[in-house]
This record gives sequence, C-alpha cells and structure tokens, in this order.
Amino acid sequence: MSFSVMLEQLSSGMLKSLGIFVLTLVFSLPLGLLVSFGRMSKNRLLQGVTKIYISIMRGTPLMLQLLVVYFGPYYLFGMRIGGVYRFLAIIIGFSINYAAYFAEIYRSGIESMPVGQYEAATVLGYSKAQCFVRIIFPQVVKRILPSVTNEVITLVKDTSLSFSLAYAEMFTIAKQIAAAQTTFMPFVIAGVFYYVFNLVVAVAMEKIEKKLSYYDA
Amino acid sequence: MKLLEMNHIRKEFDGLEVIRDISFSVEKGEVLSIIGPSGSGKSTLLRCATMLEKIDAGEILYMGERAAYVGEDGRRVYPKGEEAKKIRSYFGLVFQNFNLFPHYSVMKNITDAPIKIQKRGKAEVYEEARELLAKMGLSDKENAYPCQLSGGQCQRVAIARALALNPKILFFDEPTSALDPELTGEVLKVIRSLAELKITMVIVTHEMSFARDISDRVIFMDKGVVALEGKPDEVFGADHARIREFLGKFNQ
Repeated sequence: MSFSVMLEQLSSGMLKSLGIFVLTLVFSLPLGLLVSFGRMSKNRLLQGVTKIYISIMRGTPLMLQLLVVYFGPYYLFGMRIGGVYRFLAIIIGFSINYAAYFAEIYRSGIESMPVGQYEAATVLGYSKAQCFVRIIFPQVVKRILPSVTNEVITLVKDTSLSFSLAYAEMFTIAKQIAAAQTTFMPFVIAGVFYYVFNLVVAVAMEKIEKKLSYYDA
Repeated sequence: MKLLEMNHIRKEFDGLEVIRDISFSVEKGEVLSIIGPSGSGKSTLLRCATMLEKIDAGEILYMGERAAYVGEDGRRVYPKGEEAKKIRSYFGLVFQNFNLFPHYSVMKNITDAPIKIQKRGKAEVYEEARELLAKMGLSDKENAYPCQLSGGQCQRVAIARALALNPKILFFDEPTSALDPELTGEVLKVIRSLAELKITMVIVTHEMSFARDISDRVIFMDKGVVALEGKPDEVFGADHARIREFLGKFNQ
C-alpha cells in the first residue's frame, strides 16, 4: 500500500473522528448544563438521581459504557443492532459520558459565583431565568473555560475508543492497515493527526479565552 | 405620603433574633439614616425591606399596598411573578460592595435592566443613562468595564444603575464602607446631590457627620431594636446612655 493511499484512508477516518467529536460536544454541552441543574436542585430525588448518574459515568470506563450502549439493546430487548445504530451508540455513549464531566464543571462555575450578583439582579427586577442567562452564565463560561478545554482535548483522543465498536474512525482504520500491511506507519500518521487536531483545538480555545479576557471578575 | 411602612418586623437566623419588633416608615422626599453598632441589625433590616431576606413576623407596605406579610399562622406571604416585579420597581438598592456586573460595560450595567426588564426604548434609556453618568461625573467612563474603575467610581455607577430604573425610594447599604476616605468623599457628594433633588432615601451608614448633615430623620438601632428615633440633632444630642457610648469616640 502506498503512502498516499494510507494517508487518504486515514484522512477519511479522521473526518469520522471529527464527526464524533463535534456531535458529542453539540449534545453533551447542553446536556451537561441540564444535569448540573439537577445536581444543584433542591429536589432531593432529582439531586440523588443525577448524583448516581454522574458517579456511574465517571466511575466506569468509557469503553465499557460504549459497549453497554451498543450491545445493551440486543441483550435486553432483542433489538437488532448494527447499521446506523453503531454510529448512534457511539454518539449516545460519548454524549452521556461527557455530559457528566461537563455537569460537574458547570456546577463548579455556577457555585463559585458571588451571591451579590444574584442579589443585584433580583433587586433590579431580573427574573431567575433572566438573571441566569444575562448575568450568571456569561461569567460562568469565562470561569470554566480552562477546565472545559481540558475535557475537549481529552475528547479528541477519546474518539479513538470507538474502535471497540469497530466504527471506521481514524484509530480503527490505523489498526486495520497496520495489521494487514504489518507496518507501524499508520500509527505514526494517526498520532500526528491527533496531535494537530488538538493543536487546533487548543489554539481555538485560547482565542476564546482571550476574547473573554476583556474583563476581570 | 408614606412610600414604605414596615410594621412589627421580626427576623431571626437559626434561632438568633436579629430584628425584634421594629416599625418605621418613610415619607416621600425624606432622607432617613439608620445608624448603630455592627451587628445591631441595620443591614438585615434593609435586606428585609428589599425582600432579599424574608421576614419572620410583621408586614411591609409599599405605596400603601401590602407587599409582604406574615399571617397569624406564621405563614409568609410574598408576591410572585409580575406582582413581585412591580413591587421591586418601587425601590432601588446600592450595595456595600457595589455588585456591578463585571462582564458589562458601565453603560450596559446601567441600561440593561431598563431595556431588557422594563422594555423601555433603547434611545431614551441611553439618553437618560448619559445624563445620569454626567451627574455622577463619569461621562468619560461609559465604555469602561468595572474592573477598570476605582471603588468610588464603581459605587457611583451602581447608584446610576439603581436610579436608571426610576425607583420611588433608594436604599443604601453602607455605601462607603468599602472605600478609603477620599473615595468616600466623592460618593457622599453624589448622595448629597440626590438629597437636594428630594429623592427619597434610606441610608445605612457609619459616616456619622454625613448622616447628621444630610438626614431629615435618624434611627439609632441597637441589639435589633430601634433605640432612638428623631431629627438628627435630637438623636445625636440625646442624653441616652447607649448612643453616648456609641458616639463617644466620634464626639471627641
């Protein structure tokens, strides 16, 4: 296999990794916020349920969770799996796992906000929702950005766990080529790809951080 | 006309009674100062009046309407939704540590609530905000962020922010306690100018000569009760053991 063919195949795998990455963020960032609300809720039941959810998501391997999401429906309900569900299972697995981590990050940010900000907004007539959307959340974003960057970078690398469901993203392809051609080359290329991917992510996050540095809080 | 009436207010925190049966009222155009030692319940009283703390007994009336009360059965009744919004629009509050929104510019700090909450026209609100900033001596700061301002400037922005909502009554919770003497002076000057405009104000303060000078009436609080109440000269000159003790250092 020529180097260019290898590169081409790995690039197509890279696009799929990118797909997992983007979709996971699209679903897990909002879901994480909802989970953090549950975690901070005064409702004991809701608080308990989200606590257990976070505990399980953080306490078990992501690879195992992917396997459970993918094979679970077959063993539990006899559902036919494979096809589109393979990809769906990956997105669900990643999203619910990352939502748990993001939830705790959101919580740390929200709980670090001084009570005076809420009080000032309340006296000025902001409703609870308006206060959160206009006053609290924008400041929380700035506070949690470094932690979010950490998670996002981890996610880039974690997309490779999809190989456990034999989904043809970059790492799965690299393994296949390496086995078939008995060469180490695909892993080197994959490593460079992941590194560049993360470099782009890190630079982008730094840009956002800079953009939010127009004020101190 | 009485803008605010607080009747038989009681407030406790975990069984510790901080306010014991306090009643007072505020007339339109009046400047009322509340003085007293730390821990006497002054700030708590203000936080009860502004509904940041819920009372354990008594009733609060704004514009003669009952805003909040505790029933015979000990049940607290506080307004909700639109009703709460309406009552909150009657008053403004200036905090000891300003509580400006750090992510908003000075202009946005002042205009956000009038535009987004009161749904007033942008052009009109901006024009009014510029007038307020001019009054505060901060015309050149409208695009600055709170972190770029001194404490005194921050507090003046906070006053402008409260005034932008056209409250009927303005509360100050130790507005100069976080400021050095020089910055204190500039904030007191602004408050004094508001008094000249006959804006109704209730000021919790440790600035004794200021309180004496500016107030129409002074309340001296001690251990959760109103120990003395009257015209500034009456209170500051009273032959009352506790206030003599409190003012002792000040008069020397």
